[in-house]
Amino acid sequence: MPDAPSPVPATGTFTVKRGLADMLRGGVIMDVVDAEQAKIAEDAGAVAVMALERVPADIRRDGGVARMSDPALIEGIQAAVTVPVMAKARIGHFAEAQVLAALGVDFVDESEVLTPADEAHHIDKWAFTVPFVCGATNLGEALRRISEGAAMIRSKGEAGTGNVVEAVRHLRSILGDLRRLTQADPAELYGWAKELRAPIELVREVATTGRLPVPLFCAGGIATPADASLVMQLGAEAVFVGSGIFKSDDPARRARAIVEATAHYEDAALVAKVSTGLGEAMPGAEMATLDVKLAERGW
Amino acid sequence: MTIGVLALQGDVREHVAALADLGEAARPVRTPGELDGLDGVVLPGGESTTLSMLLASSGVGDELAGALAAGLPAFGTCAGLILLATDVLDGRPDQRSFGAITMTVRRNGYGRQAESFECGLDVPALGGEPVPAVFIRAPVVEAVGPDVEVLATLPAGTGAAAGRPVVCRQGPVVVAAYHPELTGDRRLHQLFVELVKEHRETRR
Repeated sequence: MPDAPSPVPATGTFTVKRGLADMLRGGVIMDVVDAEQAKIAEDAGAVAVMALERVPADIRRDGGVARMSDPALIEGIQAAVTVPVMAKARIGHFAEAQVLAALGVDFVDESEVLTPADEAHHIDKWAFTVPFVCGATNLGEALRRISEGAAMIRSKGEAGTGNVVEAVRHLRSILGDLRRLTQADPAELYGWAKELRAPIELVREVATTGRLPVPLFCAGGIATPADASLVMQLGAEAVFVGSGIFKSDDPARRARAIVEATAHYEDAALVAKVSTGLGEAMPGAEMATLDVKLAERGW
Repeated sequence: MTIGVLALQGDVREHVAALADLGEAARPVRTPGELDGLDGVVLPGGESTTLSMLLASSGVGDELAGALAAGLPAFGTCAGLILLATDVLDGRPDQRSFGAITMTVRRNGYGRQAESFECGLDVPALGGEPVPAVFIRAPVVEAVGPDVEVLATLPAGTGAAAGRPVVCRQGPVVVAAYHPELTGDRRLHQLFVELVKEHRETRR
């Protein structure tokens, strides 16, 4: 028998952080820039909202340095909804993360969508009570973020493009390598650890379980209900939608349609029904036309 | 015997795994037809506002309300507790309340994620060691009806919430404000499985 659990309550443990990520599975997390959009997102069935000043499509258009949002904006959104509120800090900017924690956000996204603050180090996420989500393009990156204390991994995709191709590439890379790892000989795991630049203990763990030790969500380029169904069928456990909702013709309807398509991702007839007559999706961008690839940020 | 797990959103997989550990093959429920022939249903953790919307859009909500009113055994954790309660404070006006257990609950009653916690919990009905209890943005049970049996309350040292009911039972309905499915301790799921068996035999 393991030791009896202590009756003294403990906050900010890894179980508690990961637990919130688990509760969001099967849902849609929506980017919102004000309280009004947050209400629309909650009404549509969002499991959480991501508070930020500009959606990625606008950050991409405007250029310059993108930073943490004004606390007033985050507080306004917290007051408007009852679902969890997430907010973004720059990669490596632990002081922005401390501010977000002090504001009581439910999850911090250490995000490549903002301009990185540190070119070598990510935030030491074990030092925080608030849980963190981090982006990843491949399994090694995902395991490095988990070793730093991330309680959720999301694909980076290519934010603000309305083009799902990069998110698919990242999910296939992470999930494909997980499948290959389960076939590896114990001696080969050292080679894998070296190649992935990830701790051997974590490599051994995922080789045994076949899945990451935290939930894997999809982000970056989701614009339609069918996009959501696609990434869920590929193995994502929930979906982030950034610019895809509020850059479309009818955000309320599209938001709801993506929520339903995520919940019923295997039901093509339902995805067809909710996709019908949604109006224009956000304008998309081909990868070859981009000046800045956000997914290349982070190390 | 067939137990269903409402699979519209939330930590469905953990409940299915917990029941599998006890030898029960659980069936995910996403459509009204999938409720047919169930001996019991689990309402998992998740986001109760999202679950409310999806219960309505899928048509599962009305069917499930009928089944619960007819006495279908149910087990709800966290968001599942909120859905099974009679009265919800700080919820949305369109939030679904099945009213299967007479209690008033306050959503996110302990606060935001920073206040989420885990602790050992004495549940005398489960016997032995305390159970590991993980509370994630958990609902606070403010009041319970006379027919509700309180199986556990929060220990002293949990601040303003100390003494609040966190595991309750009324007839064939069991609810927990925490997430037994997130730990390896299967005793509360076992209690529910036994309740379902009992209920099935008395209906024969």
